[in-house]
Amino acid sequence: MKIDCTINGSPTVLDVSPMRRLIDLLREEMKLTGTKEGCGEGECGACTVLIDGEAVNSCLVIASQIQGRQVVTIEGLTPRSGLTPLQESFVRKGGLQCGICTPGMIVAARALLDKNLEPDALEIRTAIAGNLCRCTGYHRIVDSILEAAELERSRLSLVDTAPPDL
Amino acid sequence: MTTEVEFCAPKNLAEALEFLALNRDKKTWILAGGTDIMPAINSRQISPLAVLDIWGLRELRILEQHQRHLTLGPLTTFSEMMQDPRIGQTVPLLREAAQSVGAVQIQNRGTLGGNIANASPAGDVLPVLAVHNAVLELRSAKGSRNVEFNAFYSGYKQSVLKPDELIYRIHVPIQWPQQIPYWRKLGTRQAQAISKVAIAAIAEVRGGILQDIRIGLGAVAPTVVRAKKTEDTLRGRRLDNRLIQAAGEIIQSDICPIDDIRSTARFRRRTTTNILRRFLSDLKLAHRGM
Repeated sequence: MKIDCTINGSPTVLDVSPMRRLIDLLREEMKLTGTKEGCGEGECGACTVLIDGEAVNSCLVIASQIQGRQVVTIEGLTPRSGLTPLQESFVRKGGLQCGICTPGMIVAARALLDKNLEPDALEIRTAIAGNLCRCTGYHRIVDSILEAAELERSRLSLVDTAPPDL
Repeated sequence: MTTEVEFCAPKNLAEALEFLALNRDKKTWILAGGTDIMPAINSRQISPLAVLDIWGLRELRILEQHQRHLTLGPLTTFSEMMQDPRIGQTVPLLREAAQSVGAVQIQNRGTLGGNIANASPAGDVLPVLAVHNAVLELRSAKGSRNVEFNAFYSGYKQSVLKPDELIYRIHVPIQWPQQIPYWRKLGTRQAQAISKVAIAAIAEVRGGILQDIRIGLGAVAPTVVRAKKTEDTLRGRRLDNRLIQAAGEIIQSDICPIDDIRSTARFRRRTTTNILRRFLSDLKLAHRGM
């Protein structure tokens, strides 16, 4: 089956079996191995990606369901060099240890911050309730996302107040 | 394995119904958001011979607010049930139940029609449809028929849906201002957990009398059930402590829970009674002197 979609901003045409799982398509066809498979049952959130801006488990989506859609993976949320403020916050605040859950956590956090740049701790916990982490105990992840939100807000207000010629 | 699957991603509803009719001797798995079917495929519990992917069908993704009822397409997601004010205002229990499903990733993909068709006794929105006396409109290439939600299930994971039919619309009578909704789900944790016990209820109290009460129960019988004997006992009676005590005992005859991986029959029996009594006590307190 021919699939037309956008992956990390690039228009992409794929010729794959319609029942191929999105996670396999990303990792094996596209070599985008940042997305991890944990449980394969929609419980752990390690394979979280964005489809049209919404967080979904890529182990539960099949190829035919991304026809005409925008897919964004952790690679699409990472600059060519360096890290985003959200990623930097995870490093600074100790929001990761072994790292397996981290791509999914960052994607889930991105989905939240794109809708709500002033989340409280409870809203953050709700947004990452579908992402399991066995290392950190979650507190540091919540702190990381809180800090990232604050950073992004301050950058936004800088942009807002910058003179037009800058 | 996947190459042998008869697969169809139809362009429109007519094509979908035609596929179902053609493959009626096979068991066609109707795939929407994949939150139930994909885990079953990934863990090799099922190996479908025919798959109909309806996720892209706009005709099944509608929401209409009528004077007395809400009409939902089967592809309405749990996220939409949580966020759409038309649903929140007219059938608040649907919003409550949707909030208790999985977590964001599941809420974004899991659907109302999928929850119904999966036919699990623990399906979160099912007790809500039971107390609202929802009506399901089933569609095949031959036409439509309406089935009351409370007559849809014929046994554990069994329904009256025929192999060539799909759930086309869900009609839900809206809540009136004098009706008081109640929702409680017990699971291992707030997110991602499948119910050990779930209760949806609607009550109407006037002058200290329970004018009407409807109680829907999940995960305590082979299908979602209405607590008919308890409802009959309570309806038209004065809401006092003796009645609340008695109702907690009678509800035991409305359920037949089992031991399974999530809980025990004993826990389910005990908590069903406790939750019902809590609800009725709260109701009595709220209506003291009314």
